[in-house]
Amino acid sequence: MCGIAGLIHRGASSNVGGEMTAMLQALKHRGPDSTGYAVYGEGSEGDYIMRLKVAEAEDMGSGSRIHGIIEDRIAAVEAILGEHGASVKAKEAPTEYSLRYILSHDGDTARMANHIEETEGVEILSMGNGLELIKDLGDASDVAGLYGLNDFQGTHGIGHTRMATESDVDIRSAHPYWAFPYNDISVVHNGQITNYWIMRREMERKGHRFMSNCDSELLAVYTAHNLANGVALEDSLRRSIDEIDGVFTYLVATKDQLGMAKDTMAAKPLVLYESDNLIAMASEEVAIRAILPQEIDTYDPYDEEVRVWQA
Amino acid sequence: MASVTDAELKEMTQEERVKALGMTTEQLTGKSMYIEFDPDATERFEYPWAPSVDFNKRTEVDCDGKTTTEVNNQIRALMAEGYGTIVLQNPRGMHSLGVGILSKLNLIIDGSTGYFSTGLIDGPNVRITGRVGWSCGENMMAGTVVVEKNAGSTFGAAIRGGDLVCRGSVGSRTGIDMKGGTILVGGDTGALSGFMMQRGRMVVCGNAGKNLGDSMYDGTIYVGGDIQSCGVDAVEAELTDLDKAWLTRKLTQYGLMPDKGVDHFTKIVAGKQLWNYDNLEPNEKKLIL
Repeated sequence: MCGIAGLIHRGASSNVGGEMTAMLQALKHRGPDSTGYAVYGEGSEGDYIMRLKVAEAEDMGSGSRIHGIIEDRIAAVEAILGEHGASVKAKEAPTEYSLRYILSHDGDTARMANHIEETEGVEILSMGNGLELIKDLGDASDVAGLYGLNDFQGTHGIGHTRMATESDVDIRSAHPYWAFPYNDISVVHNGQITNYWIMRREMERKGHRFMSNCDSELLAVYTAHNLANGVALEDSLRRSIDEIDGVFTYLVATKDQLGMAKDTMAAKPLVLYESDNLIAMASEEVAIRAILPQEIDTYDPYDEEVRVWQA
Repeated sequence: MASVTDAELKEMTQEERVKALGMTTEQLTGKSMYIEFDPDATERFEYPWAPSVDFNKRTEVDCDGKTTTEVNNQIRALMAEGYGTIVLQNPRGMHSLGVGILSKLNLIIDGSTGYFSTGLIDGPNVRITGRVGWSCGENMMAGTVVVEKNAGSTFGAAIRGGDLVCRGSVGSRTGIDMKGGTILVGGDTGALSGFMMQRGRMVVCGNAGKNLGDSMYDGTIYVGGDIQSCGVDAVEAELTDLDKAWLTRKLTQYGLMPDKGVDHFTKIVAGKQLWNYDNLEPNEKKLIL
């Protein structure tokens, strides 16, 4: 089933972390397996925020050897960072298996990202100037508490509560997905993609990598492929309705934009609220009302509807 | 039939023999002759166990901090006490509010509800001042539901009777599988509205999305605006004076009458090209129907 939510403040910064937590917590009944956030902060020009995981949450119970393995993996990642001339300005570890780096780097980040992911067990969750992508098992208040998200300031964000149907309950199959290796692009999705393997093979032939067997990852790769080829976000969303089969509603966020697309059957829900300074959307109105308790006007977008908002 | 012996057949008259061998072509009776509403059948107006309520006795329920089950149980408890007008405050998008009310009641929901609001009802008059989510009024048997703002998809799915009204726009698959009653929409409707509709009437004052009335068996859809496309076997029919009179009466009743009247409405009915039941032999028909 899955629940998705997104919000964007026009021309202002707000407590996006706390707002997303309230929205996702209200959607917990749609997916209790894992919760994920892609929130966009101010960031500083030239610096990159990199979030990565060096093991799965379930690996932590597999014996004491994992602690050594994790240390080796972190050392390997930091060696690669050094090799590419990236200097670590700050480093945090919210959990033993997840890390957050602030890097100063002026080289090719895509090449560096590819190199880092050659390390076994390491997956970059996100990289960008503003994007911070956090996902873990549990509900929104668990994840927000663990990663200290409740005070996060930013302009926009998207989030997801997952009910695993077609792949495993683990962090690698949790949403949102970062559009590897392109900075600041993330995707959340509710639905099923029926031409997944055809599209995945096509994307793999074009040189893109897949980390999971989750069909939603395809949307991230597909969007990244289009944007990298100079297609505007709105055109990419519109094109996906023709090229991707199945039932889906998905949200895409970039550094300063938030977009949505709904499939041709309008089979997956989305409720929209628009005002002059805030746009909020979620699978159910109850999530929007978690941050806007007063009476508001909302509506359901129709089939094949595509919208893009600017921060 | 196999149990009829030759000796028994010899005893019968010609008419009885034909019947025993299953060779009659008599007209089908039973559910196919279903009467939607019979004003003379007064004893069927209420269930014998329905609480006796007084519409002038009014109370309010605050939904904040309560679960759906708690609110719905409280409605039942208040009806048992004789309250005939119940106002739900602060619903804030809660799901399944006011479902399964099977007797008369004035229910006012002051705000917006989530999925499945006031489904499976048989009798109450409901007014919702906000918006409703998916599947409002699902499978309702009788009564009225009036939604002041927009509604989500599958509005009035499998409705069998009563009037379901949305003053704003509704989502996709409105009146899917409807088997009776009336759905009135003041604004637009999405794709696949009236999908597999079997009986009843749907009125859309605004535009309709693609595949309107797809695979409809029977029933009527009236659309005031543009129709993006009609579905399989949904065809346009002539808008008769009887239709216009009915539309005028219904739309006026709920204050949805367009300024330019009802002459511009398009009437969509089943083309009946998918009706293959009558290709069956009388014996097969007996087995299937």
